Amino acid sequence: MSTTAVTEAPATVTLTGVSKVYGRGGTAVHALDQVSLTASPGEFTCLIGASGCGKSTLLNLVAGLDKPTAGQIAVGGRVALMFQEPGLFPWLTAAGNIELALRARGAAKAERRAKAAELLDTVHLGGFGKKRPHELSGGMRQRVALARALAQDADVLLMDEPFGALDAMTRDLLHDELDRVCQGRNLTVLFVTHNVREAVRLGDRVVVLSSRPGRIIAEYQVPIDRPRRIDSAPVAELAGTITDRLREEMSRHGK
Amino acid sequence: MASDFGGRPSAGGTQVAAAEQAGHDALDLADAGGRRSRLAVRAWQALWPKLLAVALVIVIWELIHLTGWKELVLPGPGVTLSNLWAQAQTSLLWRAIGTTLERAVIGFALAVLIGVVIGALVARIRPLRAAVGSMITALQTMPSIAWFPFAIILFGSGSTSAILFVVVLGAAPSIANGLIAGVDYTPPLLLKAGTVMGLRRVSLYRFLILPASLPTFVAGLKQGWAFAWRSLLAGELIVIIANKPSLGILLSTYQDQTDMPSTIAVMIVILIIGLCVDSLFGLADHSIRRRWGLT
Repeated sequence: MSTTAVTEAPATVTLTGVSKVYGRGGTAVHALDQVSLTASPGEFTCLIGASGCGKSTLLNLVAGLDKPTAGQIAVGGRVALMFQEPGLFPWLTAAGNIELALRARGAAKAERRAKAAELLDTVHLGGFGKKRPHELSGGMRQRVALARALAQDADVLLMDEPFGALDAMTRDLLHDELDRVCQGRNLTVLFVTHNVREAVRLGDRVVVLSSRPGRIIAEYQVPIDRPRRIDSAPVAELAGTITDRLREEMSRHGK
Repeated sequence: MASDFGGRPSAGGTQVAAAEQAGHDALDLADAGGRRSRLAVRAWQALWPKLLAVALVIVIWELIHLTGWKELVLPGPGVTLSNLWAQAQTSLLWRAIGTTLERAVIGFALAVLIGVVIGALVARIRPLRAAVGSMITALQTMPSIAWFPFAIILFGSGSTSAILFVVVLGAAPSIANGLIAGVDYTPPLLLKAGTVMGLRRVSLYRFLILPASLPTFVAGLKQGWAFAWRSLLAGELIVIIANKPSLGILLSTYQDQTDMPSTIAVMIVILIIGLCVDSLFGLADHSIRRRWGLT
């Protein structure tokens, strides 16, 4: 019933009626229920919702780390995944981490070295290739993780609250960084967050999920010109509208 | 932090963004530097408590000696240490150390080889784990001295193989368990990152699971060494091999001669060797932890 297929569809990611149930019988948890979602090439989609809306489950399914209970997922291209924790390998240097990703997709040695240096430059970490992850700050580690994700030459970048553990100032700079990196790369991004302003700051589109089971309850286009600022009036205004919708959904659970 | 006060979109210019990022990074890393003190200072800091402990032991020993307890058989530190010095001038002690160390190296190397092969198989193959996993732990709890009658009957009395057999049995389970635990406790997040990256089967093991299990594996090696060293000395006391002086032979000879100063001197040698090798593993462990940022 459930299939994960790589197709040449015009859309990069297509979910059709995807459900995911953990466990069985009375204790079963419906993480996702009949979720249908389409992301076109180059589109930046933010997924937002309260706890238990199955955001991370959804990304795992798209990444192929888990199989849906029902429904279909079609992904047209390679997938890279970033988490809240950088997930860097502590025994490798920053450059080594990126080179391993290049090696995993079969790049030759000379190419790996040059490409890793180039990617480090892309995330403004030119001089830090020889540092180990623990010698870098949280924001820098997350940028190495971004460079490593880019090294996978993915068409689809899945991001699971990647900036959730960072302080606000670091996060603002990383938003700029991510904006810049996505420009001209035609990356399709699915970005999960529980920060509404962050979603509006980054997304072309914000998708709101309900909790237990996770269902899509609203979708908002973000018609704000880039470059954007998280504290600008249009961002705050749309974020306010979305927050109201989220609160409405949450109060439903309080009854 | 121009973007926070300037009131304009910061993503505007790449130059500006790069400068902001660099400045922010510099501020972030500023408090991380200057932690490591000089080598000599650190060496002294590590050394002086140990020297103090040794001095304390010698003082207490001397005090007991002065009370006259077991005066006839228990020598003071002065007599014993000069005996050790005298023995160190003879070739006998050094040949004994050579023999024992050679057995230790061979036995430990065999144990590492066997432990790694078994550990890797058990960690990878699920049914094998159910069958053999608990047996490895059971083996570990078995006092190695209990194996000697079996080993002597199997290999014949007076054979080095009997000793090595017990050394391997003593050390290999710890090494195998260290590897299995290391593989088991590979952080799931790293496994996920590696899988998404496209690492599969052999490459997943080579580039992710094995390096990730290194610290636990080294801890297993260290424990394995302790077991190997104990089993070896027990073996040399029980399995008497003629015309081949070893530390065990020296001990049993001095016991027969009721030569307490020489006995204690050899014990001190055994203690020192054990400590030296243990601190080598400690050093390896420490350097891995430093590289990984775990200290």
